[in-house]
Amino acid sequence: MEPLNALVSVTNFMLIPAFAYGSQLALGALGITLIFSILRFAHFAHGDTMALGTAAVIGGTFFLQAQGIGIQPLPTALLALPFGILVMVGYLLAADRLVYRYYRKVKAKPMIFVMASLGVMFVTNGITRLFMGVSETRFEDGQRFIFTVREFRDFTGLAEGMALRSAQAITIITALVVMVILFWFLNRTRAGKSMRAYSDNEDLALLSGINPERVVVITWTITAILLVLAGTLYGLDKGFRPFNYFQLLLPMFAAAILGGLGSPLGAIVGAYVVAFAEMGITFAWRRVLTYLAPEGMEPSSMMQLLPVDYKFAVTFAILVIVLLFRPTGIFKGKVL
Amino acid sequence: MSAFLIGEAMTGGYGGADILHDCTIAVEKGEIAVIVGPNGAGKSTAMKAVFGMLRLREGRVRLAGEDITALSPQARVGKGMGFVPQTSNIFPSMSVEENLEMGAFIRKDDFRATMEQVYELFPILRDKRRQAAGELSGGQRQQVAVGRALMTQPSVLMLDEPTAGVSPIVMDELFDRIIEIARTGISILMVEQNARQALEIADKGYVLVQGANRYTDTGKALLADPDVRKSFLGG
Repeated sequence: MEPLNALVSVTNFMLIPAFAYGSQLALGALGITLIFSILRFAHFAHGDTMALGTAAVIGGTFFLQAQGIGIQPLPTALLALPFGILVMVGYLLAADRLVYRYYRKVKAKPMIFVMASLGVMFVTNGITRLFMGVSETRFEDGQRFIFTVREFRDFTGLAEGMALRSAQAITIITALVVMVILFWFLNRTRAGKSMRAYSDNEDLALLSGINPERVVVITWTITAILLVLAGTLYGLDKGFRPFNYFQLLLPMFAAAILGGLGSPLGAIVGAYVVAFAEMGITFAWRRVLTYLAPEGMEPSSMMQLLPVDYKFAVTFAILVIVLLFRPTGIFKGKVL
Repeated sequence: MSAFLIGEAMTGGYGGADILHDCTIAVEKGEIAVIVGPNGAGKSTAMKAVFGMLRLREGRVRLAGEDITALSPQARVGKGMGFVPQTSNIFPSMSVEENLEMGAFIRKDDFRATMEQVYELFPILRDKRRQAAGELSGGQRQQVAVGRALMTQPSVLMLDEPTAGVSPIVMDELFDRIIEIARTGISILMVEQNARQALEIADKGYVLVQGANRYTDTGKALLADPDVRKSFLGG
């Protein structure tokens, strides 16, 4: 029995990647939950808008790299973030002007909004592919590892190694900082409170002199920031491929619904639950269990519940179970 | 007529047939006016018309002599009218204090003194100021709703059935508070289901039937009027 090696192994292969993935999902799910509670519809264009935002950041990164501008040892993409955010704020506000505002004016049913966002999704997807193609783009530069497997092994003398990639560390730190700022904004500032008031009771917010169009603009702006951050961090971690971003729609919605739609805290908790469930169920536990099992009882199979290709099936199962048994989610959100 | 707030000869509805027919509602400075009447008499509609939530075909609304008929409800709030809707009149997931802050949203000056006045009027709200308004009892929610409307320091406060769904004890308590508010010089216009109790505190009472004025008099006179008693107050 070597519990320490088991711990190192599970941390290296599951806990760290899941935590990073969960942080990326959380930023995306926060946007979904904000749009749902304030604009009152399920934003299906979320994944593809994230892809377009990341594409803008990649464009900015390549430009900066060509100029020889960088922030070693950090990835250049971080420097290009403001550009990506600016582009996406513009893009989302334009989408709102051209598409959603009309439906708000005629007080369309939420389902109409969802269909409209589906249309925006296709257009956004097309634009992204026009610029980026469908193949994978890697844009991570700078120092790749905080510490490598070899360094860890040499340092600790353990048989198992553990690595921490820069992209993962940056993801986790950024996500936590952004969440703190978002909660501060929503709970402490006048604009944030007016957003919550509008989400709570639209008519009374109007009566209190809160300008709905202003609330809408702030919401899209925050969403754009969250989207570009989530997309860029995901791309740094796993590489950029537009289709993967579309696929993120499912875990992001599952996270938002599991946590309780409309609850920012719920979106974060839901995102980590989804990430750990996906990784945990598709993880091959053999190595970890070999360290834990008594002599001679080591597992002979992979000890993997589902192949990695089925990770979205795990998310889908979570989504179905939540909708069947607790549609309001963990933190009593709204029902889709 | 030169009442402080007056909806004069109002005729109109929500599109389609008129609900109000030549209906006049007025309230003097610092007085309490109560609109009573049977179900479907257009009580709430009359109040909404005064507040601009209903397009009038005829008649006008004047506040302190100024014609405000064309103004939106939001603009009327800016002119010093406070409105407490009958339902969904709070922000349930926000704390009591945040509800009051939202009430003061249009104010650019320091509103802490006003908040202090609201807490003095409704001491229970001070104790619960960090609690989500949606978790409070019915009576306390109404206090939050009235408090929110008072945050703009209105000259007229309009209440749509403030005592709907609260216990008789809480109702008496609310009426006492409303009298207190009126004593500070704020005019009160309210619609009430509990006609007898409401007329007892009213300076002016309006009995509406089918969207038109049937009886208009002081609260006391209406209570004493045998016709009103027989038809609307249950003998």
